Amino acid sequence: MMQRDIKRLSLILLFAPFALWILLLIILPHLGMFYISLREKVGPRMYEFGLENYINFFTEPIYWNTLIRTGSMSLLVTVLALLLGFPIAYYIAKIAGNRTRGALFLMCLIPLWVSDLIRAFGWILLLRETGIISSSLQWAGLINTPIEFLYNDATVIMGLVYTVILFMIVPLVSTLDGMDDAMIEAGYNLGGNGPTVLRRIIIPYAMPGIVSGCIVVFMLTAGSYLTPILLGGKNSSWFTEQIYDQFITRYNWESGAAFGFLLLAFTSLVVWGGLKLSGQTLNSTVARS
Amino acid sequence: MIMKLAIAGLLATTVMAAAPAQAETLRLLTWGSYAPDELVKKFEEKYPDITVEVTFSNNEEMIAKLRATGGAGFDLAQPSHDRIYAVQQEYNIYKPLDLSKINTDTMQAKLLDGVKANTTIDGEVYAVPHQWGTSGLMANKTMAPDVKAWGDLCDPQYAGKTSMRLRRTILLGMAFDMGEDPFAAYADLDKYQEILDKVADKLISCKDNLKAYWKGGDDLSAMMMSGEIVASETWDSTAYKLYGENKDIVFVPPKTGALAWIDTFAIPRKGEADDAAYKWINFVLEPENVKTMSASTGAIAAVEGGKDLLPDDKKAAVNAAFTDEDINNLKFFANIPAGVEDMEGKTLEKIKAATGSE
Repeated sequence: MMQRDIKRLSLILLFAPFALWILLLIILPHLGMFYISLREKVGPRMYEFGLENYINFFTEPIYWNTLIRTGSMSLLVTVLALLLGFPIAYYIAKIAGNRTRGALFLMCLIPLWVSDLIRAFGWILLLRETGIISSSLQWAGLINTPIEFLYNDATVIMGLVYTVILFMIVPLVSTLDGMDDAMIEAGYNLGGNGPTVLRRIIIPYAMPGIVSGCIVVFMLTAGSYLTPILLGGKNSSWFTEQIYDQFITRYNWESGAAFGFLLLAFTSLVVWGGLKLSGQTLNSTVARS
Repeated sequence: MIMKLAIAGLLATTVMAAAPAQAETLRLLTWGSYAPDELVKKFEEKYPDITVEVTFSNNEEMIAKLRATGGAGFDLAQPSHDRIYAVQQEYNIYKPLDLSKINTDTMQAKLLDGVKANTTIDGEVYAVPHQWGTSGLMANKTMAPDVKAWGDLCDPQYAGKTSMRLRRTILLGMAFDMGEDPFAAYADLDKYQEILDKVADKLISCKDNLKAYWKGGDDLSAMMMSGEIVASETWDSTAYKLYGENKDIVFVPPKTGALAWIDTFAIPRKGEADDAAYKWINFVLEPENVKTMSASTGAIAAVEGGKDLLPDDKKAAVNAAFTDEDINNLKFFANIPAGVEDMEGKTLEKIKAATGSE
């Protein structure tokens, strides 16, 4: 009896930090935000309850266009990160020796030791019109006039891929690591060529890693703020910027909160759709890796 | 069980936070460079029982921070003069000042009266002036000698070589440039919306002419110093700083008048160190401290003869930029009535989302 109580107590104590974290830092603020998002401002210090803030979003094309733009660019980033990350992860997990593996992992990690902001400034130094790349191309005689690489969508996408690719590589490595080399050999022995083995054996096996990597990368990208703002140009609006503007420059917390929830709903919807399409579940992917 | 523990824990932390510290702390919410280390140190030496904690911010974030707590967390804030009246009516985040505790005699009478007039609610004054400066244009004289008006940023001869910040300043500047008086239109918001629509069309067609929108003094300086742009909308202090490094880069008051702002002192409603706050206000307005402050900020103190208290290089920059006529032509930002932020915000979004004129 005593034993059981102790066990129970230690379970509660172990669980408490997590429960407090979720309750105080995730659930309560969200409830507060949700409450704010349902308030309509009708005058100074006067509010009414209603869905006006959400309706505004759908009636104003600028807002949902920005959200769709953010969503589609985030999907593109996710696909690019997967295409680039998969070979790297495969090399680390399957081809590299035990010793080089650690070194390679470390090399993927190192950029993350520097803050987002500093990395973005690094890109700016490299890519600006009078920056390192443009001036070295000029020096090499490849171009005659300076080229501006900054301030366009391609730069934003590249910067984002660079920022998030690690979150694609890690789950991929851990899934691929668990795969028995014998399966690949068997594939070849049974007459499969490279692409067939990749398509019918490796990818299906790595699917949980692929899906969980994609989910994390998509969420991080759609919710990122610094990279799109600093590298983006005159036309590149990002939805998080919209939320910031509502909260800070327009003093409009009500619609900012509504936008926050719409972003959450939208990304959740995309993730749900992705899971349905790939035939995976959250349990078999994110929870496993 | 968990709840009880949590509540106990929360109580413990709040009690600890609320317990008065031995020394008094002055929590200052102000602009970057408005609290130079040198002055903070000198202040703490003069008043050994006060420690100064500084948070750097800008108008919008200052208000957002104070709004989030109902005016708690800071003991002295420095929003611009046009950000007091409507904000106070709407969010009630400042407390009235006790003018008897402030050496208002040292302040320049015209600026003091202006700020008082702008920030008096029900007979109580909520702010006094600290420093003032302007927003206008900056141009590289050798490459863009003809930049004289806000509209010149859209001149095709500088295509791809101009910049602006996509904020309300450029909306107002462009409105003046188009012959409107936006401040007068604050009284009639329908009229103001018409002006905003016109300005939006102009700025959208102008978009192709810009290299990028700048976001802070640093990226603006980098673009201007490297010659990537030759003219831009700017804060005067940024232009003065660059003038110190390159005499070709000057501040240009637009011919319709530079837009002038006054940063003020205001005490948050739940500030806990009013006396320390008043001490700081009086301290930084002492002439020798004004010199240090202006050297750091590049803005002119709102005291009599404030311009003469600028360090020499800044004084030279101001004299290179302003004639007396320009000074008389200044347009002081008018109080922002409730609702205008929303209208301007929508306009800015429209401009940002538009994909150029073609």
